[in-house]
Amino acid sequence: MTVVQDPTAPITVPSAPDQAAIARRERLRFLRRSPTFLIGCALVGIWVICAIFGNLIAPHDPEFPDVLNKLVGPSGEHIFGTDRLGRDVLSRVIVGARSVLVIAPIATLLGTVLGTAIGLVTGYYRGLVDEATMRVVDAVLAIPLIITSLLAVVALGPSRVTLILVIGFVFAPIIAKTVRAAVLGEAQLEYVEAARLRNERGLYVMFAEILPNVMGPVIVEFTVRLGYAIFTIATLSFLGFGADPSIPDWGQDISQHYQFISGDVWWPVLFPSLAIATLIVGINLVADAIAQSFER
Amino acid sequence: MGRFLLKRLGLATITLFLLTVIVFFGSQVLPGDVARRILGPFADQRAVDALNHQLGTDRPLLTQYWDWVSHFFRGDLGTSLSYHAPVSDLVGNALVHSLKLAAFAFVLVVPLAVLGGVVAALKRDRPTDRIITLGGLSLTVVPEFVTGIMLILIFGLWLDVLPVSANAPDGSSVLTQMRYLVLPALTLVILLFGYIARITRAGTIEALDADYTRTAVLKGLPRRTVIFRHVLRNSLLPTIAVVATQTGYLIGGLVVIETLFNYPGMGRLIFTAANQKDFPLLASAVLIVGIGFLLATLLADIAYSLLNPRIRYAAAE
Amino acid sequence: MTDFAIELDDLQVVYRVRGKDRQVLRGVSLAIERGESYGLVGESGCGKTTAAFAIMRSLPRNGRVLSGSIRVNGEDLLGMGQGEVRNLRATTLSMVYQNPGSALNPAIRIGPQLAEVFELMGVSKEDAAKRVHGMLEKVQISDPTRVMRRYPHQLSGGMQQRVVIAMALAKDPTLLILDEPTTGLDATVEAEVLDLIAALRQEFGTSVLFISHNLAVIAKMCERVGVLYAGRLVEEGVAGEVFRDPRHPYTVGLLRCIPRGGVRKDETPLDTIPGFLPPIGAEIQGCVFAPRCGLVRDICREEEPPLYPVGNGRTSRCHFHQEAHLLPRNAPAELVGTRPGNGGGPLLAVENAGKTYRQEGQEVHALSDVSLGIRPGEVLGLVGESGSGKTTLARVLLGLTAPDPGSQLELEGAPLAARVQQRSREQVRSLQVIFQNPDSALNRRFSVRRIIERALYKLRGLRGDERSRRARELASSVRFDESLLAVRPSQLSGGLKQRVAIARAFAGEPRIVLCDEPTSALDVSVQAAILNLLAELQSGEGVTYLFISHDLGVVRYISDRIAVLYLGHLLELGDAETVFSTPHHPYTEALLSAVPNIEGGERPRIRLEGEIPSAADPPSGCVFHTRCPRKIGPICEQEEPPLEEVEAGHFMRCHIPLEELRVLQAAPPAPRYQSKTTS
Repeated sequence: MTVVQDPTAPITVPSAPDQAAIARRERLRFLRRSPTFLIGCALVGIWVICAIFGNLIAPHDPEFPDVLNKLVGPSGEHIFGTDRLGRDVLSRVIVGARSVLVIAPIATLLGTVLGTAIGLVTGYYRGLVDEATMRVVDAVLAIPLIITSLLAVVALGPSRVTLILVIGFVFAPIIAKTVRAAVLGEAQLEYVEAARLRNERGLYVMFAEILPNVMGPVIVEFTVRLGYAIFTIATLSFLGFGADPSIPDWGQDISQHYQFISGDVWWPVLFPSLAIATLIVGINLVADAIAQSFER
Repeated sequence: MGRFLLKRLGLATITLFLLTVIVFFGSQVLPGDVARRILGPFADQRAVDALNHQLGTDRPLLTQYWDWVSHFFRGDLGTSLSYHAPVSDLVGNALVHSLKLAAFAFVLVVPLAVLGGVVAALKRDRPTDRIITLGGLSLTVVPEFVTGIMLILIFGLWLDVLPVSANAPDGSSVLTQMRYLVLPALTLVILLFGYIARITRAGTIEALDADYTRTAVLKGLPRRTVIFRHVLRNSLLPTIAVVATQTGYLIGGLVVIETLFNYPGMGRLIFTAANQKDFPLLASAVLIVGIGFLLATLLADIAYSLLNPRIRYAAAE
Repeated sequence: MTDFAIELDDLQVVYRVRGKDRQVLRGVSLAIERGESYGLVGESGCGKTTAAFAIMRSLPRNGRVLSGSIRVNGEDLLGMGQGEVRNLRATTLSMVYQNPGSALNPAIRIGPQLAEVFELMGVSKEDAAKRVHGMLEKVQISDPTRVMRRYPHQLSGGMQQRVVIAMALAKDPTLLILDEPTTGLDATVEAEVLDLIAALRQEFGTSVLFISHNLAVIAKMCERVGVLYAGRLVEEGVAGEVFRDPRHPYTVGLLRCIPRGGVRKDETPLDTIPGFLPPIGAEIQGCVFAPRCGLVRDICREEEPPLYPVGNGRTSRCHFHQEAHLLPRNAPAELVGTRPGNGGGPLLAVENAGKTYRQEGQEVHALSDVSLGIRPGEVLGLVGESGSGKTTLARVLLGLTAPDPGSQLELEGAPLAARVQQRSREQVRSLQVIFQNPDSALNRRFSVRRIIERALYKLRGLRGDERSRRARELASSVRFDESLLAVRPSQLSGGLKQRVAIARAFAGEPRIVLCDEPTSALDVSVQAAILNLLAELQSGEGVTYLFISHDLGVVRYISDRIAVLYLGHLLELGDAETVFSTPHHPYTEALLSAVPNIEGGERPRIRLEGEIPSAADPPSGCVFHTRCPRKIGPICEQEEPPLEEVEAGHFMRCHIPLEELRVLQAAPPAPRYQSKTTS
């Protein structure tokens, strides 16, 4: 007896599990189990909580100058000691998180949006637009970023908005370069040509077809640049160009107390430094873990 | 190869031109009227105008630009408004300091980071790799002043083995000078290690996974030969480009380190000039830094094309 | 006891993927005698490459041998230590794999790379250099000294593969493993390399394990063959016998999928194998082939068949191997459509198409003076090797690349703008494409529904319910199950992806579809289904195709007329059967003789001397004269022959008159030079 196959029956696939959803779930599972990611999240988490609930957590008023207890070392009353004005260092460290954590993400977002747009346009259109833009980008990148940010802030005067704009614009070229490289790779795939053969307009192809496929590198860039943004903001306030001198700021506090090191007064400098270090390291651990999860 | 280099040279020239434009017009944005700065806030407006005219700062921007650029490339960098000295002297002095520190840091970090990257790649995903990669990464992202301060606290204060300032007394021997530069150089090494090591690691892994490495293994070559003869040649190429970009930063971007260690390098010069609104000094200093970066990348391209046979010899058949 | 070069005994290999062990080889046993050449044939995922790497003890990091043994010259391979394995690789085992360009180290010159092999055997540096020279001569490289100083990227693909073969044979190994060594090479170059391998095998007496998905190549090169399916050997025997008289339903089905022997679409549609190749590492109960077998019965699903001997040293893993040849057809046996009429003007006409572009200071002539017309309702096959310009022509027709000034394109009598952005919506709709690689031709972030509906929207202006309805109709016309519309391409197999691509191309109800190697990236069994689908759609919708392929069997099967391109020039154009039989252009003649056919049998081989010239510096006069075995004299070097209609509907570019060709091509030509490949 032979079994007759129905030649006209459509060929069905036994319900294949959704590959893309599986990949996403696996990425999340990897992240959940990755020590790098967890430690990073913990570090960042602590500071985020400080930024939001700072005033509630801080043991003392960060602005209150206890004139009788200036530059007192760590003790039971002041766990991190006091600064040159007698203010509690611990409280200043806790509240200081807010300044940085408000500006940095917004600035990075601005830079990422700009950089991605530039990367998409130059990577897709190529030709003169691409060459010209890349020359300008190369010229701008020839000057170290810190110098460019510094000059811009000096010129425009330090303020929150300035800082956000400056950092956003200064980071855009680097992000553009990375995104452009990813776009170049995508643009040679045939689905882009197939789109052209439907007379799709450039904007559609770039944003609807190509962009979803380069989101991976964009996300990784965002997280990495976030760390650098905090780095730059801290550096700028160390150099005296912080956003708002009247609120607690780690970089500023460090720069104001640096002179006391030779007198063996290390605590007003060490603890804000550790704060900066742990926050940035935390962000970069998260960024690294995310990048790794995409690679698998 | 000739074509490749010619093209790169052409592009570099265009970039250089754009750089001069950006630097010039960028610095025009700095608030502050030049003559007013020199004469002070109480001087008579007519005197200010007269001085401006004398200095030529009231001419059309394009004329000023051309004037500045043409003088620059003839070696005449103008006079500093705050120091009242030729810019070329000031820049020259700062540049020498910067180059000393940069060279010292360079010589330390490059071999260390390349070695670290290669080892991390060879022991991929094992503990050694994770330590090198994550450790390097964590250290890299910390701002230099934080690292610098930590080092100062540890070595300068608590252990008291190294000087806190980077300035050796005049006339010191090379060795003494180096001792004073150890802390800032170490800060730089910590800063740059992670990044260079990571790129080297990536390049080495790519070479290790390549077909030609498998061919070498399947020939029966011992592992050591495979790595030294087949893998390394191909893996170190991306590193060259990265090292070049870091060079630019090493020359002009060390504002923070120079401030921290009280070292009179280019970074600090630029910072001071910006604060003082000293336009001639600022513009020339920034341009020099940019030129340094472009030169470094150009050299890297030359090195790359010499070392990469695909570019050195065009496909003949 | 027989003297085996290599023996595999119940070899089981697994890969660890995402924490789970997936079985790739499910117990493979085979033995290759000294000096024997054994072919391992199968489609993707069957495990043939895994077997090769297992033998070389070079499995990837996540692979390992679960059980079983491998014996080389009687010695247990799996029990050896690292040092012994290295020694074995240096003296006894060699492997050549698919991409010769990447197998060579780009940073080391050819000479030293080859010398390494000799130095490992203890030869001194000077002697090594001499022996390298000798080895390169053996692989028919004509100027070994110069080649030794070159870097790999400076050699052509064919020469690179020769170097790799030289490297493999330099140690005079007991076993040479070849894993798809000629896939990706041009037909004429492939023929040369295969001849070389056969000759060297005779000379060195090496045993050969030849792995390929191409049954014709295996038939030509191997004495015995093993058919691998889902990690199991399902049939084994003398190659000629297995292919002539297969005894396993899979082998039967596979052979029926291949267009051969001049069979054409209007005679019989290709048969297909229902179902899908099992995913790698799937759990299988009973016979591995049961889910797709037309002869399946209950016992097949419960009990896995052993290897039944079927006489003359052959075996088959099928309970019902005597009935294998009675396997019912899967695809209908009706005739497909009718041939197009000859009336009316051409649907798509191209006149004097040329394309020159600058690359590194040189002018590359991708296309020169190509003129042809595609008639409504026909399938025009476009044939050519690398550098022929077929891809460039396709891009010019589609408007993705602008041709040189002076080229004229016409669609349905109306002029066609050079760039697609300047064409009318009607024209864009009418001229669509199906690309070679379905992975990159579909946006992997879109669902299938979105892909098809977007095309419907842009090309036909459809929206809403009507669009959804039409999308479902399109899906069913390409036999794509509606339940899969919400799915993303990454979850689909190659064949299903290509169906989506076809649906997308047909969304706008095109008049003409350009098929650019639509089946080249697909497995043999899947290819047959797609070809049948294309033929069915063509006759059903009355669509015209321009069918580009390097696979002559496929082109011959599906095309009504054929155009032959060489180095940007149109050399021949005519009905499929006319072009494929004598008299035809000398290049076509050589091309046809280069393609191995599965019936085996010795056909007179016309060897083309030399490599394909560079398009940056094309030969003067007739472009083919540098390699033409029938070159008549200086006229071929000086004057380019015009494209003439040598008989009704048959155009050729050759100085030799048709009747003379007819006489000449009754016998193979005398060899032009001593075996020589220019470098």
